[in-house]
Amino acid sequence: MSVLAQQLLLGLLIGGLYGLAAAGLSLVFGVLKVLNVAHGELIMLGGYGTFWLVTLLGLDPFASLALVLPLALAGGLALYWALFGFVVRADEETRVKNSLLIGFGLALALHALAVRLWTADERAVVTPYGGAVLGVGGLSIPLVRLLSLALAFALIAALHLLLRHWRWGKAIRATAEDWQAALLAGIDVRRAYLLAFAIGTGLAGAAGTLVSIGYSISPSIGLEWTLKALIVVVLAGLGSMLGTFVSGLFLGVAEAASAAAFGGPYREVAGLVIFVLVLVLRPRGLFGR
Amino acid sequence: MRRLGARRERGWAAAILGALALLALLPLAVQRDDVLNFVFVTLLSITLAQSWNIVAGYAGQVNLGHAAFFGLGALTARTLWIGGAPLAAALAAGALVATAFALLIGVAAFRLRGAYFAIGTLALGEILRTTVSNVLPEISTLPTAAIATYRLSQRYYLALALAALSVVTVALLSASRLGLGMQALREDEEAAEAAGVGALRLKLTALALSTALAGLAGGLFAYYHISYYPSHAFSPAWTFDALLMTFIGGVGTLHGPVLGAILYVFLKEYLALRWVDFHLLIFGALFVVIVLLLPGGLVQAAARARRLLAR
Repeated sequence: MSVLAQQLLLGLLIGGLYGLAAAGLSLVFGVLKVLNVAHGELIMLGGYGTFWLVTLLGLDPFASLALVLPLALAGGLALYWALFGFVVRADEETRVKNSLLIGFGLALALHALAVRLWTADERAVVTPYGGAVLGVGGLSIPLVRLLSLALAFALIAALHLLLRHWRWGKAIRATAEDWQAALLAGIDVRRAYLLAFAIGTGLAGAAGTLVSIGYSISPSIGLEWTLKALIVVVLAGLGSMLGTFVSGLFLGVAEAASAAAFGGPYREVAGLVIFVLVLVLRPRGLFGR
Repeated sequence: MRRLGARRERGWAAAILGALALLALLPLAVQRDDVLNFVFVTLLSITLAQSWNIVAGYAGQVNLGHAAFFGLGALTARTLWIGGAPLAAALAAGALVATAFALLIGVAAFRLRGAYFAIGTLALGEILRTTVSNVLPEISTLPTAAIATYRLSQRYYLALALAALSVVTVALLSASRLGLGMQALREDEEAAEAAGVGALRLKLTALALSTALAGLAGGLFAYYHISYYPSHAFSPAWTFDALLMTFIGGVGTLHGPVLGAILYVFLKEYLALRWVDFHLLIFGALFVVIVLLLPGGLVQAAARARRLLAR
């Protein structure tokens, strides 16, 4: 019993990162109608950013977030200007298809680049407090992962507040709802696109940092994280960041449950089956509007 | 215009089949295994790219789970062939299983449009790959008797035949009513339906043709390799390769995927000498540029160059 509870708890902890990974993808998809399948590769790069800051500069991995997040935002701006800014000029159907293809080419190129820069080995960031564990009623909670979950939630809550109260946050939401109406209301839609894409990339970078601390990174984790993020986005639907976070937690727990029931190697399958079922049965997602 | 295009396609089909016929003489002229292996890989890639081209290029459905059908063909054909079935029967069974699975999931998957279809098929492919690697974790090796009688030239001729089959299939399709219906679907689904094109039936036909060829290609792969992990044939890399080759050459054309496959395999082998996976950096970037600036691939680039020169 306590083994199962422990597994579910660990599932919940990684679920927070699924939620964070999905939030960026959901924002970009919801606002720009651009599906960036290189999102997982952006997460991977964020992880290596932290890896470098920790091993080369001796920073604390959590503190590296203060550098990785702005760097990822800047990277998002560059990506938008170089690639995705051209895609949003097309009509919506072409937009989705072309962004899918571009993201796919980008993913391949970034993966090859990462193998070149950091080799294909798995890496993890080591900290003196990495092994610390919090014992609660027979369960042991790895402190680092608990902190990661809290940070993931803080970032999502901050995004939620930004979208609700910040001037440009409202502009982003209006653009997501109906870009033509937003344009007529005097909103600079292109700038809303740019901001949403940069924020989405920033969140991917932050997710990468947290992944590299509590878990491990390698150049090939991109596809895996893209799929996790896609599953959560489809599960949650577009338009609710808090819903996305909850769906991330749900996926983490569902994976842990299926690993407990069918054996470890099948944890991936559970998420993918949920994904296909939701796609076919309820394409709007659970929290979607 | 339409007729001119059709005539040019026929010309390309004749040229490609002629080249394939010449390649049939290659084993007589060259005894080197490395040359034959290289041409084999190119031929397998042509078949794979052409099979993906049918559903994505002609019918406009970006299938990111193509590896699943390649893998199912490989798994079925390998199991039956090692079990003692005649090769032709094993290959046919592989194609049949791939097609049957495709039709089964196609009915559900085609309820999804555009990006959702693409990521839905990607997820289905991954489900199958994970399951196969869990159920069959052991490497699959040919029995010693089969290794003793292994002849590369047999594999080579089979690859040649399948590449020719894929080219003929696409050539016949592109000129037929069926193929025109698919292209109408690709351009505008609503308009095509309004004009009396049965969208679901056509999509399923395209998927069946595409996956039958992919299943045959998988069977060829299983017949060729002495040992490999069964899950390797389900790797998403097969989908990605097919996608890159088709797009770089020219999606939705007869000769584009053939040219793309030749270029892809050639550069991949050449670059691998210096830097493993370097070709993915180049092709990934090239692919992005092609999608943004030259959606018709090399074929379109050649047409533009011709027009410039003719001026």
